[in-house]
Amino acid sequence: MQESYLWLGPNEWLAVRLSIKVAFWATLISLPLGVMVAYSLARWTFPGKQILNGLVHLPLILPPVVTGYLLLLTFGPMGPIGRLLEPLGLSVAFRWTGASLAAGIMGFPLLVRSLRLSFELIDPGLERAAATLGASPAWIFMSVSLPLALPGLLAGSMLAFAKAMGEFGATITFVANIPGETQTLPSAIYALLQVPGGEAPALRLILVSVVVSFSALLLSEFLNRRLASGLRRT
Amino acid sequence: MNIEIDLRLRQGRFTLDATFSAPSGLTVIFGRSGSGKTTLINAVAGLLKPDRGRIKVGDTVLYDAASKISLPTRKRRLGYIFQDARLFPHLSVQRNLLYGRRLIPARARGDDLDHVIEMLGLASLLNQYPAHLSGGERQRVAIGRALLASPDLILADEPLAALDLPRKLEILPYFERIRDEMGVPILYVTHSAAEVARLATTVVVLDRGRVTQIGRAGEVLSDPNVVPTGVRSLGSVLQATLVKHHDDGLSELDAGGVALFVPRVDRPPGTRMRMRISAHEVILSNRMPEGLSALNVIPGTVESIRAGEGPGALVTLTTPSGPIVGRITQRSANQLGLAPGAQAFAVVKSVAIAPEDIGGGRANGPLDTL
Repeated sequence: MQESYLWLGPNEWLAVRLSIKVAFWATLISLPLGVMVAYSLARWTFPGKQILNGLVHLPLILPPVVTGYLLLLTFGPMGPIGRLLEPLGLSVAFRWTGASLAAGIMGFPLLVRSLRLSFELIDPGLERAAATLGASPAWIFMSVSLPLALPGLLAGSMLAFAKAMGEFGATITFVANIPGETQTLPSAIYALLQVPGGEAPALRLILVSVVVSFSALLLSEFLNRRLASGLRRT
Repeated sequence: MNIEIDLRLRQGRFTLDATFSAPSGLTVIFGRSGSGKTTLINAVAGLLKPDRGRIKVGDTVLYDAASKISLPTRKRRLGYIFQDARLFPHLSVQRNLLYGRRLIPARARGDDLDHVIEMLGLASLLNQYPAHLSGGERQRVAIGRALLASPDLILADEPLAALDLPRKLEILPYFERIRDEMGVPILYVTHSAAEVARLATTVVVLDRGRVTQIGRAGEVLSDPNVVPTGVRSLGSVLQATLVKHHDDGLSELDAGGVALFVPRVDRPPGTRMRMRISAHEVILSNRMPEGLSALNVIPGTVESIRAGEGPGALVTLTTPSGPIVGRITQRSANQLGLAPGAQAFAVVKSVAIAPEDIGGGRANGPLDTL
């Protein structure tokens, strides 16, 4: 009995595994787009730049329920994009992919902010020096800008991952709370707290949640330090 | 390879309007800060877009507003040496050196990799990272990186300005060797008279965005109406041959048959040298002086005397060593009875010739091709 009090049950494991899967894919998919958006915000001036900046930050300030509902309107079976995805077998409504989408969008501003700061801190003179040596804009980005922004990329990814692990409002609104499919850690904790006797398993999940988030933070700190010392080599 | 430049570029209230052509060798763009030197060199690099004009290096047109040609920076085949080196902090010295080299077609690469590493003394630094290097080392790597891109044109924007004097003395000879050995035209921006004296094949004086004079180092530095950096920069540039090193730490040079003694220079006897003598370090005498500590006495005749706005006068002597300018007071000039045609002796202390003022190479480039 003592053991079952401390160890996670199969349903709880399911939620933990699902959460990690959802957060992992959310972060991975938003990375390329985040890099593009952050770089263009940091380096270029173009019409509509402030609008793009606002759009990126919207999930940070909107109530998550609103974001989730807007996702449901857009990506739901009747939504303009959802209707296109449905025949391709890419339906996201009430599926774990939808949970990933919601989590990715909620973590996107954190990723972009961190990356943008990193890009802005790079001396544009280095990129110009690369151009004088014959590098094309794409190669300058790959060989100079991106490697120098790596600390920001890591920090931003970890933040986005942690945010995705904890996302609740948008996820539950968009893809509901289906065990094994869309029931992530926070949804599972919420569900457990709604039933009598659910406090103990809820507490276990809360502990897992804290450990995972904290590990992500420590890992990003550690990688950052290694990168920084790699650049200094002193 | 000739460089032909004709540029007009507005930046806010500043207008650069510069037209000149320079023969092969090292062309110094000489001017005060704010005169548009860096703007000019960045336009040549394609980092700034001119409003109109034309830039041609050898047979290659880099920019021509009339025919709407504007090669992007990466296709201009440059070696740009920046004041702040701009090494890539995340790459080792070796990968910095090879950055440009990898981007050019294999057949366009010179087989000079080992030569450049050896010449700049970089062999022991290859695995280091830029943050670990001293200022002088960093600039040497930057020079190597530029050379290894096999450039058609080398640009240098005050490459010594951020270095202290010992580091300057360490780097200056490399530019002399690049000028004399590589055969690649160099545009070199500076506000230092010593660098002009040592390096310039041709000097282009830039003042408030306009070219005010083109000439040899000696001509520009001895003309108070032209020198952009003030009377303290005035001086003469002499051509001399290193004769021998003496045991007491002096080196003997021969300048047109006159023996000159300077603090030891580390070159083998027979080397052609150019040296700058600051006008304010010259003492003039109307007869052969005796009982002086100064070792160098150069006989000549007064060619001209130009009185300045203050108490000073600039006296130009014609001597066997070439023209020498001395800056003395008008009072002294009157007391000595100096006038054009009069005999006079220029006296220069050996120790007044600083190490940065003397270097290898010919003082007189082929200006006739202008």
